[in-house]
Amino acid sequence: MTSAGDAKLLIEGVSRAFVGPRGEGTVALADTDLAIATNDFISILGPSGCGKSTLLRIVAGLDRPSTGRVALNGRVVTAPGPDRGMVFQSYTLFPWLTVGQNIAFGLRERGVPPARQAEVVDAYLGRMGLRGFEHHLPRQLSGGMQQRTAIARALANDPDILLMDEPFGALDNQTRGLMQELLLDIWERDRKTVLFVTHDIEEAIFMASRVVVMTARPGRIKADVPIDLPHPRRYTIKTTPAFNALKARLTEEIRVEAVAAASAG
Amino acid sequence: MARPFTPIGQPARLALGVSFFALFFATWAFFTLGGFVSKTFLADPWTMLRDGWVLLTRFDFLTDIGMTVWRVLGGFVMAAAVAVPLGIAMGAYKPVEALLEPFVSFARYLPASAFVPLLILWAGIGESQKLLVIFIGAVFQIVLMVAGQVGQTRRDLVEAAYTLGASDGGVIRRVLLPANAPGIAETLRLVLGWAWTYVIVAELIGSSSGIGHMIIDSQALLATGKMIFGIITIGVIGLISDLCFKALNRAAFAWTLA
Ligand SMILES: Nc1ncnc2c1ncn2[C@@H]1O[C@H](COP(=O)(O)OP(=O)(O)OP(=O)(O)O)[C@@H](O)[C@H]1O
Ligand SMILES: [Mg+2]
Repeated sequence: MTSAGDAKLLIEGVSRAFVGPRGEGTVALADTDLAIATNDFISILGPSGCGKSTLLRIVAGLDRPSTGRVALNGRVVTAPGPDRGMVFQSYTLFPWLTVGQNIAFGLRERGVPPARQAEVVDAYLGRMGLRGFEHHLPRQLSGGMQQRTAIARALANDPDILLMDEPFGALDNQTRGLMQELLLDIWERDRKTVLFVTHDIEEAIFMASRVVVMTARPGRIKADVPIDLPHPRRYTIKTTPAFNALKARLTEEIRVEAVAAASAG
Repeated sequence: MARPFTPIGQPARLALGVSFFALFFATWAFFTLGGFVSKTFLADPWTMLRDGWVLLTRFDFLTDIGMTVWRVLGGFVMAAAVAVPLGIAMGAYKPVEALLEPFVSFARYLPASAFVPLLILWAGIGESQKLLVIFIGAVFQIVLMVAGQVGQTRRDLVEAAYTLGASDGGVIRRVLLPANAPGIAETLRLVLGWAWTYVIVAELIGSSSGIGHMIIDSQALLATGKMIFGIITIGVIGLISDLCFKALNRAAFAWTLA
């Protein structure tokens, strides 16, 4: 567990209530505390509508908490910035830019010299298996390739933390498995700090160093499970007894919440 | 029943399009040449073409066409230059929208043609009056349509840009503008089409040149062939400018088609 002192990202008493069209309030996220250490890979697991996206958007600075605060490297987050890279569930590549230009978007915005931009883009094209697609437009790519480009676009900025909101949610199972391995490989090599939202239990365990389970709405953190599986992990780990034990435990935790969410409507 | 949305090949599409024009002219020829309609009220197609040839060769109709085209383009370019930036500002900034939207929504329903008598009082019967009619007819439409476009900008793209470190200016330059450029170009194409109808109204009253002026002149002489030739000229020029605009948009915004 991470103590507040050496945390890279600190979420303190963050909650979020929305006011509906008829003035009624919805608490999307109840008081949430979470400390994330450098190089942590945290998976956030929770039933639909429990406020996972809301939490991630608050960390990204795209939404403001109703109470509490988020601090990155000790500085309170007030607005979005390139220090927190975000990969969205929906496809958010700029459709008028090529793959290469999409990856270079943040670099160009920061005024990085073109030669250096080209170097970085080239490196990520290689790492993401996108060579040969540099000049393609997003809509000429498959969903998996679009999300690889989106990850490359976020990583090209060299962010302090990578925020991922169910980035593989729309992909088929095989592609999803390959993407998990790709992301895990990047994390094992670069030791990025990652906050990864998913509702897929296997996905959460496979990549994470910690899995945080949230309750049904209003979301709260219910369990914080360290994942001590050895690295480097290969997909074969998904069939080991240790993995299955974790899966059984988390399935139980999440089932209770899913039932609660379903009965709450 | 035929299945809806079944695609059609390019040759068939062309043939069908051309055949309706042929049908139109054939019907017209049938009624006029067949003697069902008096020549005084409706000239037949051949008379129309002959009159057109006379207009072009002897009455310097090309100059009239040139005048009309320049008025449309002049008024339209002025309107676009004012309206596009204003529309973008309205779409992007809520206070600007709150300030201007009610007025512009009202002003767009003011008929440009009804301004003609007033504009003649203000600006005389010179070129500025013609340009102003086009300007008034086009500017409010463009403002509202562009504002609507920009207001609909995909928020997820805007948010993605911010998380990539874009500044407010960067978001406007590198997301808002490119995302909406095709829609704005399409709006301009549409409004240019409407501008053609305003210019003729402006030329019908107090004008000494232009296609509209020729049409009014011919009315006094009951020269229906010339009048129809003038009307068809407008149609043809409108069609050509529309096709050019479309081709330009396709070339400039290939990413919307890929
Ligand atoms: N802008 C908003 N206005 C009002 N209510 C909102 C808004 N955004 C989210 N909510 C509500 O807050 C709750 C949490 O939403 P959120 O998108 O964070 O859930 P989630 O855990 O990401 O769900 P999912 O797994 O389906 O993506 C939902 O009930 C949602 O209806
Ligand atoms: Mg969500």
